[in-house]
Amino acid sequence: MATSNEARKPPLQLAARLRRVLGGQAGWSGFVLQVVFVAVLIWIGYEIVENARSNLAAQKIASGFGFLSNTAGFAVSQALIPYSESDTYLQVFFVGLVNTLVVSLIGIFFATIIGFIVGLGRMSPNWLLARIAGGYVELIRNLPLLFQILFWYLAVLATLPQPRQSISLLDSFFLSNRGFGLPKPIGTDAFMPFAIAIVVGLVASLLLHVHARRQLFAKGRVMTIWPMNLGLLVGLPLLTALVLGKPVTFEYPVLRGFNFSGGLRVLPEFVALTLALSTYTAAFIAEIVRAGVQSVHKGQSEAGASLGLSRGTTLRLIVVPQAMRVILPPLTNQYLNLTKNSSLAVAIGYPDLVSVFAGTTMSQTGQAIEIIAITMAVYLVISLITSALMSVYGWRISRSMGA
Amino acid sequence: MKRVTLMFSLILAAGLTAQGALAQTLKTVKDRGMLSCGVTQGLPGFSAPDDKGNWVGFDVDLCRGIAAAIFNDATKVKYVPLSAKDRFTALQSGEIDVLSRNTTWTLSRDTSLGVNFAGINYYDGQGFLVRKALKVNSALELNSASICLQTGTTNEQNVADYFKGNNMKYEVIAFSTADETVKAYESGRCDVFTADISQLYAERLKLTVPADHAVLPEVISKEPLGPLVRHGDDQWLDVVRWTLFAMINAEELGITQKNVDDQAKSDKPELKRIFGTDGNLGETLGLTKDWFARIIKATGNYGEVFDRNVGAGSKLGISRGLNQLWNRGGIQYAPPIR
Repeated sequence: MATSNEARKPPLQLAARLRRVLGGQAGWSGFVLQVVFVAVLIWIGYEIVENARSNLAAQKIASGFGFLSNTAGFAVSQALIPYSESDTYLQVFFVGLVNTLVVSLIGIFFATIIGFIVGLGRMSPNWLLARIAGGYVELIRNLPLLFQILFWYLAVLATLPQPRQSISLLDSFFLSNRGFGLPKPIGTDAFMPFAIAIVVGLVASLLLHVHARRQLFAKGRVMTIWPMNLGLLVGLPLLTALVLGKPVTFEYPVLRGFNFSGGLRVLPEFVALTLALSTYTAAFIAEIVRAGVQSVHKGQSEAGASLGLSRGTTLRLIVVPQAMRVILPPLTNQYLNLTKNSSLAVAIGYPDLVSVFAGTTMSQTGQAIEIIAITMAVYLVISLITSALMSVYGWRISRSMGA
Repeated sequence: MKRVTLMFSLILAAGLTAQGALAQTLKTVKDRGMLSCGVTQGLPGFSAPDDKGNWVGFDVDLCRGIAAAIFNDATKVKYVPLSAKDRFTALQSGEIDVLSRNTTWTLSRDTSLGVNFAGINYYDGQGFLVRKALKVNSALELNSASICLQTGTTNEQNVADYFKGNNMKYEVIAFSTADETVKAYESGRCDVFTADISQLYAERLKLTVPADHAVLPEVISKEPLGPLVRHGDDQWLDVVRWTLFAMINAEELGITQKNVDDQAKSDKPELKRIFGTDGNLGETLGLTKDWFARIIKATGNYGEVFDRNVGAGSKLGISRGLNQLWNRGGIQYAPPIR
């Protein structure tokens, strides 16, 4: 018989494996328990939503998301996307979201730089530098953030003059308690070729850099590329500008009535909030950096020193890359904190998401449940994206170190 | 974020409370032995703690009147300070029984917030406060001005309407509390502070040199201010509404805090009805027969309340204007007690 000669197949493991995945050690009964648990959770959630909905209806409180298409009818002091009073609440939402993202991103940028400088400074052999950095951390870390925001806001405002007495530089930059006015670039016909030239220059010099590195590692040949890079980055755009004419003209701020009109303006609220958020978070980042660097074994920097590397180079090439593995997870937390803390903006009138959407929009429409739910979802998504990006970065670091 | 969390818990409370409890506010208040009253976070003249920490003011006196009508004790009130933004949620969720916090009656608030306005205790309008040094005499000269205001008020839309309607440019900086708004105005961040005119007079007292600032003559909106209760409890609405009406009627009838005991002994048929020596008007409200006397003994009549807190007898010195009684040149009018 033909079948008797064939090798016996192993018994089907699928059912057993499925049982283990779904039910764990308890088997199928554990699986049933999990299903029941999820069902109960869903039922509780459903009851809460249903009860809230029927209560709202009985109390004649409006519900649903229809309000998003209604006209907002109020002004926002800083809108980086087109916005006017006749736009909808949905547009208000985006204006607030962009303002929140901008202040968070810039805050994270400066917090990281200040944090690394202070953190490394704290371990400096220079007595004075180490003490100053230590004092900074202890002072900033132990004062409430809201207090610092108000301090920066009122301190910044109090020192700046009225618009009519504003400090001006070359009649194109103006500093007053209405903010920092600067010329606004407006693209001409020659702008597109100019921009393309810059991009081409950037890409080409980047490729050149990669090529030079490869040459160094593969053949041990050192290439001098900076004159070529200079030509690509500066010469190419300059050449297009010379051939096609000025790529941008500037609109200068002019004092008209009470305020400057025209030009760009950075609001004092924005400056104060960014300053407070980045200096505050930097104090925590400094400690994280210090902990990270100190977690790298002393032998590593001694090895660097014995190779004749300077202290700075040892830090940059040997210690910090290894420390990054320790630094990264708590650093992510600080980034998330900064983003969430930016909701304190409402105290100084910076129009972030909480101020214009969970504030003005909510009090005008009265739809607290919907608006708070949307706002919380937004912060959740921002935080999840931030931590996902940091995880990817962390994964790259640990991979490159062969860990 | 803390504020958001607070709001969320209030909302969750709104979602989870059984509907039945919301419909019997009077009974709930009586059982609790305490009225919970939403007020401002400190607006001199309207609702602010005095130097002994007791809440006083025009809006506070209404709460005291309601407590007196129910408990015959005007001190049985728990005051809950609320920002403009949080006030409606606090009422919706049942955190407070009545909101007496210079709140403007508008159609959208009446229909979509699940609240009912019990009456109008102050006829106001929105105005502008500026530095005298600016030498501005009219709001129409405010083109391109920076304006500080409190978020969560009707003021935000009014300003937008007014400046757009007059083709003027402006910049609005909105703060969450009145104190922050005033601080920013005083620091020079804004040329103008805008709010209801009564509030402008009250906040001006907080400035370092109040005399350096003036209220412009323009009134750009109608701001009828009054107490609010939750929608769907008509009995409670009646209690709050008629407490206010009792004060206004008392002024019209010449009944004051001082002479209320003598007047109660009067044998005029109208006064006998009001004081409950004849008939049971108070009981139909769910209160006692002497409800009217209790209120006036506790707070005085509408005119006394006005003068003591915001009028001639106070630091604010606001004239009665529209808030004078209807038969003395104003529009303050209450339906009769009969």
